[in-house]
Amino acid sequence: MSANVNTALPLEYQTEQNRMNILGFWIFLGAEIVLFGTLFATFSVLNARFAGGPTPHDLFEIKDVMVETILLLTSSFTCGLAIYEMRRGSRNGLLLWFIITLLLGAGFVFMEVTEFVHYVHEGATMQTSAFLSSFFVLLGTHGLHVSMGIGWATMVIIQIFQRGLTPVTARKTFIIGLYWHFLDVVWIFIFTFVYLARMVA
Amino acid sequence: MFKKNYFVPLLALLPALLLSGCDTKMLVFDPKGPAARDILDLINWSLVFMLLVVVVVFGLFGYIIWKYRATPENKDYEPPEEHGSTKLELIWTFIPILIVIVLTIPTVKTIYKLEKVPAGYENKQPITINVTSADWKWIFSYPEQGIETVNYVNIPAGTPVKFKLTSAGTMQSFWVPQLGGQKYTMNKMETKLYLTADKPGEFLGRNTNFNGKGYADMEFTVEAKSPQAFDKWVKEVKTTAPKLTEKKYYDLLKPTHLGRETYIGTHLQWVDHGKMNSKTYTNPELYEVHGVKGKIFKDEEPSKKTTDETMNMDGMDMTDKSNGGEHDGH
Amino acid sequence: MGINWHDFFIVGNPLILGSQIAILLTMIGIVAGVSYLKKWKWLWREWLTTVDHKRIGIMYILSGVLMFFRGGVDGLLMKAQTSRPEMKFLDAQHYNEIFTTHGVIMILFAAMPLLIGIMNVIIPLQIGARDVAFPQLNALSFWLFFAGAMLFNISFVIGGSPDAGWTSYFPLAGKEFTPGIGNNYYAVALQIAGIGTLMTGINFIVTILKMRTKGMGLMKMPMFTWTSFVASIIIVASFPIFTVALALMTFDRIFGTHFFTLSAGGMDMMWVNLFWLWGHPEVYIVVLPAFGMFSEVIATFSRKMLFGYKSMVFSVVGIAFLSMLVWVHHFFTMGSGPAVNSIFSITTMMIAIPTGVKMFNWLFTMRKGRIQFTTAMLWALAFIPCFIIGGVTGVMLAMGAADYQYHNTLFLVAHFHYVLIPGVVFAVFAALYYWWPKMFGFMLNEKIGKIHFWLFVIGFNVTFMPMFFLGLDGAVRRSYTYSAESGFAPLFMVSAIGAVILALGFAALCYNIYWSARYADRNISNDPWDARTLEWATASPAPFYNFAKLPEVKSVDAYWYMKKHNEGLTLEDNEIKEIHMPSNSGLPFFMGVVFGISGFFLVFEWKIAALVAMIGILAGLIIRSFDYNDGFHVSVDEIKQTEKAWRGNDKGVNNHVS
Repeated sequence: MSANVNTALPLEYQTEQNRMNILGFWIFLGAEIVLFGTLFATFSVLNARFAGGPTPHDLFEIKDVMVETILLLTSSFTCGLAIYEMRRGSRNGLLLWFIITLLLGAGFVFMEVTEFVHYVHEGATMQTSAFLSSFFVLLGTHGLHVSMGIGWATMVIIQIFQRGLTPVTARKTFIIGLYWHFLDVVWIFIFTFVYLARMVA
Repeated sequence: MFKKNYFVPLLALLPALLLSGCDTKMLVFDPKGPAARDILDLINWSLVFMLLVVVVVFGLFGYIIWKYRATPENKDYEPPEEHGSTKLELIWTFIPILIVIVLTIPTVKTIYKLEKVPAGYENKQPITINVTSADWKWIFSYPEQGIETVNYVNIPAGTPVKFKLTSAGTMQSFWVPQLGGQKYTMNKMETKLYLTADKPGEFLGRNTNFNGKGYADMEFTVEAKSPQAFDKWVKEVKTTAPKLTEKKYYDLLKPTHLGRETYIGTHLQWVDHGKMNSKTYTNPELYEVHGVKGKIFKDEEPSKKTTDETMNMDGMDMTDKSNGGEHDGH
Repeated sequence: MGINWHDFFIVGNPLILGSQIAILLTMIGIVAGVSYLKKWKWLWREWLTTVDHKRIGIMYILSGVLMFFRGGVDGLLMKAQTSRPEMKFLDAQHYNEIFTTHGVIMILFAAMPLLIGIMNVIIPLQIGARDVAFPQLNALSFWLFFAGAMLFNISFVIGGSPDAGWTSYFPLAGKEFTPGIGNNYYAVALQIAGIGTLMTGINFIVTILKMRTKGMGLMKMPMFTWTSFVASIIIVASFPIFTVALALMTFDRIFGTHFFTLSAGGMDMMWVNLFWLWGHPEVYIVVLPAFGMFSEVIATFSRKMLFGYKSMVFSVVGIAFLSMLVWVHHFFTMGSGPAVNSIFSITTMMIAIPTGVKMFNWLFTMRKGRIQFTTAMLWALAFIPCFIIGGVTGVMLAMGAADYQYHNTLFLVAHFHYVLIPGVVFAVFAALYYWWPKMFGFMLNEKIGKIHFWLFVIGFNVTFMPMFFLGLDGAVRRSYTYSAESGFAPLFMVSAIGAVILALGFAALCYNIYWSARYADRNISNDPWDARTLEWATASPAPFYNFAKLPEVKSVDAYWYMKKHNEGLTLEDNEIKEIHMPSNSGLPFFMGVVFGISGFFLVFEWKIAALVAMIGILAGLIIRSFDYNDGFHVSVDEIKQTEKAWRGNDKGVNNHVS
């Protein structure tokens, strides 16, 4: 595949292959939207089937969910800053904000795991009722995606340390930025339809 | 080489034509009640248009491949560069649209019609029969008569029957082709089906939704008796049949193959499987595949334990908890 | 975790025991053969690590043919068992496993790989590209499919096959009613293969959007490329739904959740909806590329351009759009209520409209053409009347109230075989005969091909036509036997005889492949059919870099235009430049193996082991992330030599047919 280099574009868009990778990833995000959409649909069907077990009122603590939300949304903002630094050509600026993003993301995952462990201790496991099954699988899928994202981003950070800012590392960074923002949007739907809606009902 | 392969499917039609000449008509074409007749009318209506499509397309096809086949004589024929014809394309878009409209109207009408007591029977007093599908049998409860039958159901002829369908376990489908269409039976759900037999007779019924090893055996008989004969039969049952006990009913729910059985009383006094919060009756240890027995993962509805739970726990293997949950019940 | 070691290998049944022995002997035979011929390095270098779309396509096709054989044997066994009433050849359990594997294999492990394989070989060539957008991802797609297929296939000898039907409805498919690990195979193997398919969908969307050669606007693409493009979009839109459904099934069966269970609030109807939300688009994923294949074959062998290109494109897009709006027609009888059933009756009937448009466009492509009855064309011709039968019975089924009588009877089974076999299988056969020279450099024998054709088409009709009437007489699907009193016996016997004829047809295909591989002339033209699209503008078989010089397109049927105007057919030395090609990689094969192993552990519910094996998956992903191999360059000399071999002395296009 001959490289079609256009230096007028941002670094990650400069080669033909890069543009294809980015397009491919957008399409993958489309598939992920369908995936999460299906999980949300499942949750909406099963979310009132408590089988005599714990209900959202019994379980959800608004404070913890707020903290998780702040952590993740902030991390999306810092991710935006990282891409901004990348566009400026600042390798160190990119690395700084990228690492902060991951730390915030790790904080989110830590809080979510703690939340789940707490529920299990309360006797609410995914085996308890259809509501809890759909809750854990929806949130767990999102959390797993975030965790995988942290691992993936770590790989990319290592590569930036090793190779600096090149079209390829810029593309990888950009793509994982897209991924991270996507997960943030999914979280907004989660905390709206899973937590908030249940708590005001 | 002439393409004759549309003759082959037509040839295969012969046995069917021959068969229909015989005494036995295909069940769907032998309706014995208003619902089956309404559906057959719809089917016949669709056959007219489908046959039209088949004749037109087969005809065009045969003509085209015959007329435009390559022969040594037309070796130098250069086919024209034809991009298309807007006129033709509009025609063969709009005629199918018309056919779809012409088929849709009676379809929607019939769909709605079948959900009600059939035309001509509005003045008759309908009877209600609860149908519960189980592995591997059909259980019929007659709440107005206070009796229960297994694997056969008697109904009064000339009377609309409101079948209330549900399942004790697996999803099944209640079908009596000569009386009407089918409907699924599902646990913790109740579906409704109106069937009416015009005259007395015996009809085949069966499950069409695959539900496991015993599926092939899930047949039942529907016998329409004259209203007087039906009442007489009910009286006979109430004097001679055994009483249905709770224990006997739970035995019925086990995956066994039974013949016909008759009882006084219905199981509705203990459980209505059609209710959303009805108790779940499964016997997983009685299902075995390649040496592995079935299992469930937890207590059923832990906060709704009834005093009669011993009935449900009969032989249930609750010791296998080799799964991810650390949960210990609550 | 208690695995019952006694039943780990299914030994009780002589048929299965025989198969286990045959499989073992075959595996030993293959290992011995490859060792004897000292071909391990070659196998690794040329096939297991390839990222070449043509090689990957051939592997898909080979796998698909093998799976078609297995699915066919399943079908034959079913027909044998039902040929007489109350036969004791197969017991209920065995029969249930066989019809389940028959359905899953035919749709997911035979039709899909055959279609995707042909797409893989042909699409880059048709659009004048050198490969797909993501070659290594492409290889990964294949090995994931292969891992899923192998995992699914060993089920009948290790642990037991799934037995709840290819639709795997709950609560039957749950642990309470179907114990054992059979259905775990279903949940896990299909999940692995499904990931591969999703990757393929993404790959082909980007390839077709971004890698078309100069001058090939969207409305100048070959119709096969168009239909494959639309099918790829449907893949991306629908496969994630199946991913979720299978995951929820896995959780219910292995981790004790309550998505579809009878107790604790599970909802069995939800499985039905999720499955068919994917399941209906899936049948269009298989049929649309097939329609594209027919478009190519019909145009080529009528020697006339496709009639109504624009309306063909609109129809395909319309079909794809509607395909996402009809899923409830698979369960009209589930009691959704008259309003819902009416709406879905209408949307379902609407699909007949664009499909009809396509049919007429094909007929009018042939009209005023000069029709050559090559084997490939015969398949396209037989498709038309046979598919019409499938299509009109589909409209009959779409009428909700009528479906109350047809549903789950053999009428339904006959309908879908009358759309799937003429629609997909005939297309694959046509494509194989048509594109064989492009893939392998020799042609399949036309005489044997015609025997294959007649046996298969006659056998198909004799097998499935009686089933319409059986269904109308009350015969239901998935039933391992029936009574003598039912009166079904004569038609079941006719159907069984048809199945034998079908099998003979398939045997003729296998013999054709063997005979042609052995005896067919290798000295053939790059363009033996005098065809119309770009894949024929390069050598047969195509060189690994596809085109020495990327062609420039001026119209639809680009190659036909080139031939008519004598443009772009020659290659001057100074036009040859170095070509950049992707390097081979062993990682996709490794990932296939690792997915297969961890899938196996998950099937047997050895969760810790599965988790450990998944570390292998993570390792693979990390290695890939650090892989900066950018491919290699093909030297101008090598290109010159390769091109000279097929272009003849004057460097023009060699038009001699064998």
